Amino acid sequence: MLSRVADSLYWMARYIERAEHSARIIGVQLNLILDQTALSADDRWRLILECLGNPEIAGDSQDPSSLTRAMLYDPACRMSITTSMNHARENCRQVRNQVSSEMWEQLNRLYHMVRRHAADPRHSIPLEFLLSVDEGVHLFHGITDSSMSHNEAWQFIQIGRFLERATNTAILLDVHFRHHSHHHLEWIGLLRSCTAFEAYCRARTADVRPDWALEFLLLDDTFPHSVRFSVDRVRAALATLTGPGELDERLGRIVGRLQASLRFIDIDEVMQSGVRLKLEEIQQECDQIHVAVQQTYIDYSIEEALGA
Amino acid sequence: MSTFSTLLRNYELHEAFDEMLEADGNVRPHYQALADYLLQLPPDEMRRRKQASDLSFLHQGITFTVYGRDEGIEKIFPHDLLPRIIRRSEWELLERGLTQRIVALNLFLHDIYHEGRILKDRVVPREMIYTCKHFRRQMMGLNIPRDVYITVIGTDLIRGVDGRYMVLEDNLRVPSGSSYMLTSRQVMKRIFPDLFQTCGVLPVEHYPQTLLATLRALAPAGRPDPTIVLLTPGVYNSAYFEHTYLARQMGVELVEGRDLVVHENLVYQRTIGGLRRVDVIYRRIDDDFVDPLAFRADTALGVTGLFNAYRAGNVTLANALGNGVADDKAVYAYVPRIIKYYLGEDPILENVDTYICSEDDSRAYVLENLDKMVVKAVGESGGYGMLIGPHSTREMQEDFRRKILEDPRNYIAQPTIQLSQAPCYIDGQVEARHIDLRPYVLYDGDKVNIVPGGLTRVALRKGSLVVNSSQGGGSKDTWVLSD
Repeated sequence: MLSRVADSLYWMARYIERAEHSARIIGVQLNLILDQTALSADDRWRLILECLGNPEIAGDSQDPSSLTRAMLYDPACRMSITTSMNHARENCRQVRNQVSSEMWEQLNRLYHMVRRHAADPRHSIPLEFLLSVDEGVHLFHGITDSSMSHNEAWQFIQIGRFLERATNTAILLDVHFRHHSHHHLEWIGLLRSCTAFEAYCRARTADVRPDWALEFLLLDDTFPHSVRFSVDRVRAALATLTGPGELDERLGRIVGRLQASLRFIDIDEVMQSGVRLKLEEIQQECDQIHVAVQQTYIDYSIEEALGA
Repeated sequence: MSTFSTLLRNYELHEAFDEMLEADGNVRPHYQALADYLLQLPPDEMRRRKQASDLSFLHQGITFTVYGRDEGIEKIFPHDLLPRIIRRSEWELLERGLTQRIVALNLFLHDIYHEGRILKDRVVPREMIYTCKHFRRQMMGLNIPRDVYITVIGTDLIRGVDGRYMVLEDNLRVPSGSSYMLTSRQVMKRIFPDLFQTCGVLPVEHYPQTLLATLRALAPAGRPDPTIVLLTPGVYNSAYFEHTYLARQMGVELVEGRDLVVHENLVYQRTIGGLRRVDVIYRRIDDDFVDPLAFRADTALGVTGLFNAYRAGNVTLANALGNGVADDKAVYAYVPRIIKYYLGEDPILENVDTYICSEDDSRAYVLENLDKMVVKAVGESGGYGMLIGPHSTREMQEDFRRKILEDPRNYIAQPTIQLSQAPCYIDGQVEARHIDLRPYVLYDGDKVNIVPGGLTRVALRKGSLVVNSSQGGGSKDTWVLSD
């Protein structure tokens, strides 16, 4: 497979995952704003923006409604859902003949739905919009898994999707622990941001405790939004590929190390050695994996490849 | 005409040759099955099938891009429902004529870029070649696999008022449209399965395989299992649909310039498993953009160093570079003499009379008769830069007079030809529209392959003689009968 194609599929998957993640975090917080809690709407928006990497918002208006508009509909805002969908679709368009027509059509439908809302934000109901983004992305993943060969192209989609997810979940946990919020509702909100509330209840009952929530979202090996699960998937996808020469081995080592560190640690050790430290380490390692994937398969130097 | 159903109420005979009807209004034998079919079909049924066909094109995304806005607008290529039908015997004549033409033009290109015998013998004027903007001096003395310059040619044929086929234009650079021939056939089979059976239509579906085999045969020596790629300018090119379609049908990689790298005169594609050698490039990108080192430097579409790899014989480009010198509209006038010179034969397919404006007598005649002639700029294609005398205003004629006097080498003129007309389904009625024919001819240096059929282009506007898709043209399926 051409490197350019792999790159486009990888980014397509990352942007789709990013749109889904943002939609859910914002949706959960907008829901919590409706309740009387210790956190004000302004606090919640600070939390949202922190989870999404503190993007620059055009203008100085920091009131909740213009923030909603910016993060949902503004194509000039780097982290808005509209921006993510635009990028996802553009990447898919570049490799249209490598994905199934059904995938392209669904992504196209989703893109046009987002554009319709973005064109007329006043008549768009944010919570409904966020829900349809979430649903549309789920449909896209279903179509992808069942209409395309699980070949190298599909593996690159997996790498993009789960690497983005691992990073995002780690940042989300980091932000929640930094805010030291002890209210029960906030931890439920955290779980809901990862569609993890019901799965958590089944594992731990509705007794929501910060360390248990952390354990579930960080170390659980069966829940699809946990960091460990995501890293497992990245590694499994990478294992099916062979890159040129030694770079391949280096990438294998970086991913293997991260996977092992999540597999052979227990939550007490994490709590003792420092939650923030661990989460920051994970984010850094995800960044390293991203760089190594680019260097190994996409942006490798021609001299090295010829030598190999 | 009273015997026809209301469907054919508006079908008129004019001066032009009619593909379906004889001058007295009788149906030609090879169109009888189609005429009978239309007669027994309720009008609503036609409308329903037209919708089914349009929908099929839309869903398959069979589109071309109209430039102008930032995103580029994808448009459905207008497709006419009724097939254009050609008898076997007629087709065999076309095959012979096209074969003769591609072989002669290929010899001509080899000669131009080597000894230049035809120039020394003063059959073709030297300055005409060296002033042609598609002449590539970089190709001089360069030997290419099997001496094949023209791998794919799309020749535009028309029929005069007496029904004789004539060559209007040769496209030797990057001819396009074969994907429309293939997809239109697929759709027609779905819409008119019964008619196919009655008529007995020769298949065209093997075009991609034949193209692949042709490209394979042209691989550099010592590459028994060559890697073939299709080089596209990218997603914003108007023919991008065709590039993806052909790549998929041939099972070859669709690459852009940035996917290829040249190292020590070898061409590689960048894959996730490392660099992989490329042997044959079916390039759908113009000469000028192929390699910024050798040609235009202000482009990012091509591959740096590709021309050197080509010169070293390590990669085949199809079609070869510099072919434009043989489909120049002024050189066109010499093709009958070119055929005679290399093959010692009379041309089987005639040219349209052509007046070369750089010749004094011809220019004087053209300027006298601007209102009756078609004037074309030699370097333009796609129906741009053209004056159609009978359909032009006084000002347009004056404008062209000035242009011709300023730069005579850049213009040729031809008498206005009434292209033949064929039945088309227009707004619920069958009406006559002017058409041409572009068959696709493949050449591997050994044999010439022509799939029976091609792209019939239709001037969908009533009375119009311009068939280009950028100027309101459409296409229809072309059926060659097995008889």
